[in-house]
Amino acid sequence: MTFNQLTTRQSNNSSIFAVGAFLSVFLLLGLLMASFAKDAAIGHQAMTFLFLGGAFFVGLCMWAGNLIDRDPFDESEYENTLVKWGVFASIFWGLAGLLVGVVIALQLTFPNVFYFPELGWTNFGRLRPLHTSAVIFAFGGNVLLATSFYVVQRTCRTRLAGGMWPWFVFWGYQIFIVLAATGYLLGVTQSKEYAEPEWYVDLWLTIVWVAYLLVFLGTLWKRKEPHIYVANWFYLSFIVTIAMLHIVNNLSIPVNLTGSKSVQVFSGVQDAMTQWWYGHNAVGFFLTTGFLAIMYYFIPKRVDRPVYSYRLSIVHFWSLIFIYIWAGPHHLHYTALPQWAQTLGMTFSIMLWMPSWGGMINGVMTLSGAWDKLRTDPVVRMMVVSLAFYGMSTFEGPLMSVRAVNSLSHYTEWGIGHVHSGALGWVGYISFGALYCLTPWLWKKTRLYSKSLVEWHFWISTIGILFYMISMWFAGIMEGLMWRAYNEFGFLEYSFVETVEAKHISYMIRALGGLLYFSGAAIMAYNLVRTALGHGEATSLDEANDPLKTPEPRTALAPAE
Amino acid sequence: MSNEHKDIDDHSGIETTGHSWDGIKELNNPLPRWWLITWYITIVWAVIYMILMPAIPALPGMGTNTKGLRNHSDRDLVAAAVVELKEARTEQSATLLDASLEEIETNRDLQQFALAMGESLFGDNCATCHGAGGRGAIGYPILADDVWLWDGTLDGIEYTLRHGIRHDADDDTRFSLMPSFGRDKLLSATEIDNLTEYVLRASGQEHDTEEADMAAELFQQQCASCHGADAKGDRLQGAPNLTDQEWLYGSTRQAIHDTIYNARNSHMPAWQDRLDDASIKALAVYVHTLGGGE
Amino acid sequence: MGLMNNHGVLERHSLLLTIGILVVVSIGGIIQMAPLMYMENTIEKVDGMRPYTPLELSGRDIYIREGCYVCHSQMVRPLRDEVERYGHYSLAAESMYDHPFQWGSKRTGPDLARVGGKYSAEWQVDHLKDPRALVPESVMPPYAFLAKKKLKFDQIEDRLKVERMVGVPYTDEMIANAKGHIYAQADPDNKGFDYYDSLMAEYEAAAGREKTVEARDYDGDPTTITEMDALVAYLQMTGTLVDFSTYEADDLSNRR
Ligand code: HEC
Ligand code: HEC
Ligand code: HEC
Ligand code: HEM
Ligand code: HEM
Ligand SMILES: [Ca+2]
Ligand SMILES: [Ca+2]
Ligand SMILES: [Cu+2]
Repeated sequence: MTFNQLTTRQSNNSSIFAVGAFLSVFLLLGLLMASFAKDAAIGHQAMTFLFLGGAFFVGLCMWAGNLIDRDPFDESEYENTLVKWGVFASIFWGLAGLLVGVVIALQLTFPNVFYFPELGWTNFGRLRPLHTSAVIFAFGGNVLLATSFYVVQRTCRTRLAGGMWPWFVFWGYQIFIVLAATGYLLGVTQSKEYAEPEWYVDLWLTIVWVAYLLVFLGTLWKRKEPHIYVANWFYLSFIVTIAMLHIVNNLSIPVNLTGSKSVQVFSGVQDAMTQWWYGHNAVGFFLTTGFLAIMYYFIPKRVDRPVYSYRLSIVHFWSLIFIYIWAGPHHLHYTALPQWAQTLGMTFSIMLWMPSWGGMINGVMTLSGAWDKLRTDPVVRMMVVSLAFYGMSTFEGPLMSVRAVNSLSHYTEWGIGHVHSGALGWVGYISFGALYCLTPWLWKKTRLYSKSLVEWHFWISTIGILFYMISMWFAGIMEGLMWRAYNEFGFLEYSFVETVEAKHISYMIRALGGLLYFSGAAIMAYNLVRTALGHGEATSLDEANDPLKTPEPRTALAPAE
Repeated sequence: MSNEHKDIDDHSGIETTGHSWDGIKELNNPLPRWWLITWYITIVWAVIYMILMPAIPALPGMGTNTKGLRNHSDRDLVAAAVVELKEARTEQSATLLDASLEEIETNRDLQQFALAMGESLFGDNCATCHGAGGRGAIGYPILADDVWLWDGTLDGIEYTLRHGIRHDADDDTRFSLMPSFGRDKLLSATEIDNLTEYVLRASGQEHDTEEADMAAELFQQQCASCHGADAKGDRLQGAPNLTDQEWLYGSTRQAIHDTIYNARNSHMPAWQDRLDDASIKALAVYVHTLGGGE
Repeated sequence: MGLMNNHGVLERHSLLLTIGILVVVSIGGIIQMAPLMYMENTIEKVDGMRPYTPLELSGRDIYIREGCYVCHSQMVRPLRDEVERYGHYSLAAESMYDHPFQWGSKRTGPDLARVGGKYSAEWQVDHLKDPRALVPESVMPPYAFLAKKKLKFDQIEDRLKVERMVGVPYTDEMIANAKGHIYAQADPDNKGFDYYDSLMAEYEAAAGREKTVEARDYDGDPTTITEMDALVAYLQMTGTLVDFSTYEADDLSNRR
C-alpha cells in the first residue's frame, strides 16, 4: 500500500463513522417513535425501521472493525460488490412486484376466491399500491441504482465517491421499500398515487435521495474523462427531478410527531394538479429518463457500436425534460381542473412525441452495422424490443392526451393497457436486458448460464405482454363505449355493472398474460443465479478467453483526449 | 466538437465526436429530417390550439387566463347537450306524465318509450338494491313478483318511488315502525321464541306446535294490529304477509327471531329530488310491468 | 456548430449541468401550479360547503386507508353520459377542503362523487360487508371487518387543528367538542345526546343552511361506534353539500 492509498483508506474509513453517526441519530428517532407511538401502525413501522437500520448498523461496525474481510475503498478498483447487491435486489423485488400484480389481476377476475372478508390487508385496495410501488420503486428503483452505480463508474473511469455513503444509499433505499410496503398492508397511506408512503417514510426517502444525488455528483466530480457521457445526463436529470417532485408532492403536516397520519398541505384542485404533475413526471423521470440512461450505456456496449447521433442526444435530452414537466394535466382532462391547464397538458403532450422518439431512434439506429445481433443475441433483441414498446407507448400517450380520446379512455382499462405496454415492454425489458448483461460482467463469467433460457424468457414474456395489452385495450375501449352508449330512445343503454360483467373474459386473459410474464421473469432469475454460480455455459473468465468484453477497472489510464 | 480528434467510424463512414467512454463512442449524425419536421408540425399545431382554447394563465393580479378564440367551455357544452337530449324526449315525456295506465298499455310507442327509459334508470339506481330485473335480495324486496308490501298499482308504485319508504327527510314518506320487541324489552325471550314458532307455523313451516300455541294470544295482542289477525299482512302499514313464503329476510328460524327481536324497518330512499317526474313515472311503469303490477 | 460546442461546457461541468437541468424542469410546474393558487376563477363561488364533521373525516380516512380510491373516482366529468348517470358534474369547490383530494384515476367501480344519500345506510353496510350478496357481478372486495373494529379517535382534536392550519375553517368550538361531536353523530340518542345541538349548530352555521348533517347509528349497532359507522357516514354525505339551487353555472367566474 502506498502512502496515497493509505490516506484515502483513512478518509474513507471516516465515511463509515459518518454514516454510522448519521444512522444512530435516526435509530434514536426510531426508538422515540416506537416508545411514544400514537397508533399501532407507527409502532410496527418504527420497530421495522429499528430492526433493519440496526442490522445495517451492525454491518457497519463489522466493517469498521475489519471483520468483513475486504478492502472496501480501494481506489484502484470499481465498487462492484454494491452493484451485485443491486442486481440481487432488482431480481428479488421484481419477482415480488410481478407476483403481487398477478394476485391483484386474479382478484379482479375471481373475486370469490381471492378475497377474504376478515383480512383487510389482503384486499385489492391495499395490494394495488403495493404492486405499483414494488414494480416501479423497488424493482425499477433498484435497477436504476445498480445500473447507475455501474455505469457512472465506467464512464467516469473512477470508483464511486463517498466511501460508505453509496452503501447507505442502497440500504437506506431498501429500508424505504420495506417501510412503504409493510405500511400499505397496515393501511398507512396518503392515497397519492405513486407517492403513497406517509410523511416519515417520505422524509427518510428524501434523505436517502439527497445522499444518492451527492454520491452521483461526487463521482462525476472525480471523473477521469473530460466529458460527461450522455447516459449520465439522463441519470442526473432523473435523480435531480425526482428529488424536486418528491418533496413538493409530499408536502404535508403530521398530526403527531409520533403518529402515522399526516394532512396534505394542498387541497382539491391544487392538490390534484400537484399530484399529477408528480405522477406524470414519475413516469417521465423515473420510468423514462432513468431507463433511457440504461439504454444509452447497455445497447452500445452490448452491440459494440457507437451511439447513432450525438446531436440527437442533445436535442432530445433537453426537449424531453423541458416538455415532460408540462404534460401532467393530461391526467385531469374534463375534471374540475381549469381548462387552461388541460390545454397546456394536452398540447405539450403532443409536442412531447418526437422528443420521446429521439431516444428510440438513437437506440435502435445504434444497431446499424450489427443488425445480425437481433437474431443471434436474445439479450440484444430484448433491449431492442423494449425500445419498440417505448416507441409504442410514447405514441399512444400523446394520443390519449387528446381530450376527445381521453374522454373515452380515461378511467378505463385502456389506461391500464397503456401503462403496462410501457411498464412490461419498455421498463421491464430494458431492465432484463441490463440484468442479463450485468450478471456475467460482475461475476466475471464468459457468458450466461443458458442462452436458450433467455430465448424462453423472451418468448413467454412477449406472449404475456401481448395478452395483457390486447385484452386491456379491448376491455378499455369496450367499457368506454358502453359507458356512453345510448339506446334508440335516447337513454343510457348499459348500467355500470353490466360493464363490469363484460370485462370478465378480458380480465382472465390479462391474468394469464401476467402469469406468463411472471414466469419469464422467474426463468431469468434462475438463469442469473446459475450464471453467478458459474454453472453451465457460464465459465469463469480467466478459464477461457471469451470475446465478451469485460469492463475491467483501470485507474492509471490517461484521459482519452 | 474539437476538430483535431476526427475519428471516422469504419462501418458508416461517419465521423465520431472523438470521445470514448468505456469503449463507447458517439457518431455525429445529423438530426433525422423526418423527425425534425414532424416535431415542428406538432409545435405549430400546439400553438394554434393554444390560441383557440383557454390556455395561458395570467400573472398575479392580472386577471384570469386567455379565453381562446373559440371561447370554449365544457360546462356550457354539456349543459346544451343535456338540454338537447331532454328536448328530444320532451314530447313523449309529457305524454307519459299525463297518461294513465290504460293509455300507456294501449299506446305501444309510449309504452316502449317508458320501458326503455325505466329499464335504463333501473339499472344504475334500483338494481343495486332490488337486483337486475327486480329479482330482489335479502332485505330488498323482489319487484318482479306479485307480492307487494305497500302498493302494486301504478300510482302506488309511483308514490313509493317519489317519497321512499321510511325516508326521514320526506314528510310524505311511507311510514310504519315495527317495534323492537326484544331490544326494547317489550317481550321476554321465551315470548319471542314462542312467537317465532307461531310465525313459522303461520307460514307453513316446520315448527314446535306447543310453543306456537302458547304465542297465539300474544300474536293477537302484539302483532295483529299490523300483520292482521290472520297474519296476512296489511298494506296500509307495509306489514308483510306472514302466511306466504315470500320473505324479505329469509324464512329461517334465526331470521324470524332476529326480526322480532330487533325489527328491521328497512329504508328505501326517496327519488323525487334525484330524478325528474318523467323518470319516476317511467320507472313506475317499468316496475309495474316486471311481473306483478296491479 | 455553435450549439454542439456550447454544449461541451455543460458536459464538462457537472454543477452547471445540474443547475441547467433544475432550471429546465422547474418552468412548466411553476407555470401550471402557481396560478391555481392566486387566480380567482380556480374555485367556483358556491353555497353550502362546510368542513367534514369529525365522524365524516374519520370515515374519509378509512376510505383512504382501504384504498377505495384505486377503484372509485369522485369526479363527475362534464360529459353528457356522466351527468346523466351520476348527476351534476363535480365542481372544484366541492373538494376545496379535501386534503388530499380523492378524484381518482380509475373506475373499476362507479363514480362515488354523488353517492351520498343515493342508497340507504343499511344498504351501504350490507354492500360493504358482502358486495356480491347484493350485486352478484361485482368485483369489489368485502369489508366485513370494518363493522367489528371500534373507531379510534383519540387524536381527533389534533387532527382538526392541523386541518385548520392548512386552511379548513374549523372553529374553536368544533375542535374543542370534536369527540363529543363524534358521539353526537353516531349515537345521537344516548352517548352523544348532550352534544347533538352543538354538532348541528356548528356545522349548519358553517354550511349556511340546514339539514346538511345527518346524525344516526349507521351500522345497525348503536352500542358501538365502529369504523363502519364512520365510513358510511362519509359515503352518505359525499357530494351533498353544495346547494345547486343557488349555483350559477353561467356566471363568468364559474365558467371555464
Ligand atoms: C337503498 C336500497 C334501495 C334502492 C336504491 C331502491 N330501493 Fe326500492 N326498496 C328498498 C327497500 C328496503 C324496500 C322495502 C321497504 C319496506 O320494507 O317496505 C323497497 C321497496 C320498494 C318498492 C315497494 C315494494 C312493495 O312491495 O310495495 C318499490 C316499488 C321499489 N322499492 C322500487 C324501487 C325502484 C323503482 C327503485 C329505483 C328508483 C328503488 N326501489 C331503489 C330499497 C331500495
Ligand atoms: C307497527 C307495525 C308492526 C307490528 C306491531 C309488528 N310488525 Fe312485523 N313487520 C312490520 C313491518 C312494516 C315489516 C316489514 C319490515 C321491513 O320492510 O323491513 C314487518 C316484518 C316482519 C317480519 C319479516 C317478514 C319478512 O318478509 O322477512 C316478521 C317475521 C314479522 N314482522 C313478525 C312480527 C311479529 C311476530 C310481530 C309481533 C310480535 C310483529 N311483526 C309486529 C310491522 C309490524
Ligand atoms: C376492486 C375494486 C373495488 C374496490 C377496492 C372498492 N370497490 Fe366499491 N365498487 C366496485 C365495483 C366493481 C362496484 C360496482 C358493483 C357493486 O355495486 O358492487 C362498486 C360499487 C360501490 C358502491 C356503489 C356505488 C353505486 O353508485 O352503485 C359503493 C358505495 C362503493 N363501491 C364503495 C366502496 C368503498 C367505500 C370502498 C372501500 C372501502 C370500495 N368501494 C372499494 C369495486 C371496488
Ligand atoms: C410521450 C409519452 C407519454 C405520454 C404523453 C403519456 C400520456 C399518458 C396519458 C394521456 C395517460 C392517461 C391519463 C388518464 O386518462 O388517466 C397516461 C397514463 C399513464 N402512463 Fe403514459 N404517456 C407517455 C408515456 C408513458 C410511458 C413510457 C410510460 C411507462 C412506462 C407511461 C406510464 C403511464 C402510467 C403509469 C399511467 C397511469 C397513471 C395513472 O392513472 O395512475 N406513460 N399516460
Ligand atoms: C406480471 C405482470 C403484471 C401484472 C399481472 C400486473 C397487474 C396489474 C393490475 C391488475 C393492476 C391494476 C389495474 C386496475 O386497477 O384495473 C396494475 C396496475 C399497475 N401496474 Fe401492473 N402488473 C404487472 C406488471 C407491472 C410492471 C412491471 C409495472 C411497472 C414497471 C407495473 C406498473 C403498474 C402501474 C403503474 C399500475 C397502476 C396503473 C394506473 O393507476 O393507471 N405493472 N397492474
Ligand atoms: Ca408520500
Ligand atoms: Ca354503530
Ligand atoms: Cu402522464
